[in-house]
Amino acid sequence: MRHGKYPFVIGFLFAPVALYVTFVIWPYAQAFQISMTNWRGLSAPQWVGFDNYRRLLDDGAFWKAVQHHGVLLLALPLITIAIALFFAFLLNVGGKSSGGQRQGVWGAKFYRVVFFFPQVLAVAIIAVLFQMVYRPNESGLINGVLMKFGLEPVLFLIKPNLALWSIIAVLVWQAVGFYVVLFSAGMASIPGEIYEAAEMDGATKVTLFFRVTLPLLWDTLQVAWVYLGIAAFDAFAIVAVLSVDGGGPDGATTVLAMEIYRNAFVYSKYGYASAMGVALFFLTLTFAALTLRLTKRESVEY
Amino acid sequence: MNPQSTLPPTPAALPPKTGDPSAPAGPGPKGPRSEVRFFAGLGHVALAVWAVIVIVPILWTFLAAFKNTSEIFSSPWTLPAELRWENFGRAWTKAHVGRYFLNSVIVVSCSTFLTMLLGAMAAYVLARYKFWGNRAIYFLFVSGLAFPVFLALVPLFFVVKNLGLLDTHTGVVLVYTAYSLPFTVFFLAAFFKTLPSSVAEAGMIDGCGHSRLFFQVMMPMAKPGLISVAIFNIIGQWAQYQLPLVLLSNAKDKWVLTQGIADISVNAGYEADWSGLFAALTIAILPMIIVYAVFQRQIQAGLTSGAVK
Repeated sequence: MRHGKYPFVIGFLFAPVALYVTFVIWPYAQAFQISMTNWRGLSAPQWVGFDNYRRLLDDGAFWKAVQHHGVLLLALPLITIAIALFFAFLLNVGGKSSGGQRQGVWGAKFYRVVFFFPQVLAVAIIAVLFQMVYRPNESGLINGVLMKFGLEPVLFLIKPNLALWSIIAVLVWQAVGFYVVLFSAGMASIPGEIYEAAEMDGATKVTLFFRVTLPLLWDTLQVAWVYLGIAAFDAFAIVAVLSVDGGGPDGATTVLAMEIYRNAFVYSKYGYASAMGVALFFLTLTFAALTLRLTKRESVEY
Repeated sequence: MNPQSTLPPTPAALPPKTGDPSAPAGPGPKGPRSEVRFFAGLGHVALAVWAVIVIVPILWTFLAAFKNTSEIFSSPWTLPAELRWENFGRAWTKAHVGRYFLNSVIVVSCSTFLTMLLGAMAAYVLARYKFWGNRAIYFLFVSGLAFPVFLALVPLFFVVKNLGLLDTHTGVVLVYTAYSLPFTVFFLAAFFKTLPSSVAEAGMIDGCGHSRLFFQVMMPMAKPGLISVAIFNIIGQWAQYQLPLVLLSNAKDKWVLTQGIADISVNAGYEADWSGLFAALTIAILPMIIVYAVFQRQIQAGLTSGAVK
């Protein structure tokens, strides 16, 4: 029966492993090496040690990008999770309870379907859509209304201190539905008797939410935080398409991915771009490790 | 004490069907009841507002796709004066949305098929066969989940270039597949582990070979898992923007939809063809609505599969 196991195993693994090593592992390994060179693509790369990293420290655009990741990292998960939790609670336990059966509010199914839809669209498409929505004259969705009422148009993407928040709003717009569905799945697995017992003890909906739902949903929240954090470290498509001149105005919305792309494929500074890539990698890794460490606590068994 | 848990619900105790945040709070003794009403009312308003925020930009785009430029500027909130289908014709042929759309379909169907085939093969072997190096290869695949694509962007560009695959669909398909393997292998390996081994043993006793066992017994049994991952990959690969931007930059006729639409939005500014851009956006969004309407349940399950243990 065991006859021919190894030829089979090797036959099945060869193609996937070869493809994966060629296009994923090998480039990742090379990135670290290229980041130590001054390679511009034409002549042979020269070893420069940590020079690129030293230059990163004095690069204003790099620090702006890192700062924007900091804002994204706090705002995106906080806002998205708060809104999604609120809606998921309403949709699952917000309604009346009949016979111990928890019910969501009326129309819960419809809301869940509608909220989730933006998740199906590509971020680049959404970015173009919101270019229209945010347009600074009467042809924009929002400013068209404001100007009809004789108000000044809001320059969503042009004002430096507003542009990043306009972009965050779009990311939240897309993400909320996904987390509503995710949290709904988590809430559905909380036994109804727990809610019933709490209500018998006179708990209000607000108490239910903070004392029952939230602690029992801790693992799912942690997953959501990691996901949104990773999204906050990417944000390339939205910034590249939606912001004015790729990270503008004047670098007010730039992110590391944007700077890597610009340095590599516009300025051909391959070594420098790779150093940024390595920095991005360590930032992502630090975030993931910190999150898992800080949010670790006794999960409630039920 | 909540009256609803002990008393049969009276009409007054039911939450109102339509949201009304200004509903007056009831007098003292009815405290919990009015709290429920207030909460439900506020909740309904919030839900309805968010639904409007999601729907309106999309609906507004569909309407603007039928307008002409002067209408878009003078009356952005009204219905189009007439249905100008020619906007779609212009977007489809002159702005090449048809071409981009077809390219996306070709690339994503090939790469999803390849991802599923190779991913399932690797996951199956790693999950159900003991051999030297099994764990090492598994961790090699799973470690890919931790790396941002941007770290590899520069070397990846040169790997594809040196293989002569730059500006080709083959190159994009292979790269998409490679970057989809970590999640696919991770998810499917866990899935194959849960399948009962009795069926596999019975097949072996009947003289079924290893590959026949995989294709005719295990693959059909793993269908639910395969569908979830396939949906996850289709939507992820359809939405890709950064990889085609780097890998197809000099071959405009090979561009995928996301790239094409982003490019049209840049050009719309120079040519002042806003209605064409709205039509192009509509062509990109409408099919997703139809697909989502049909497969809504599977899509939600597929996309959240990564997060649910």
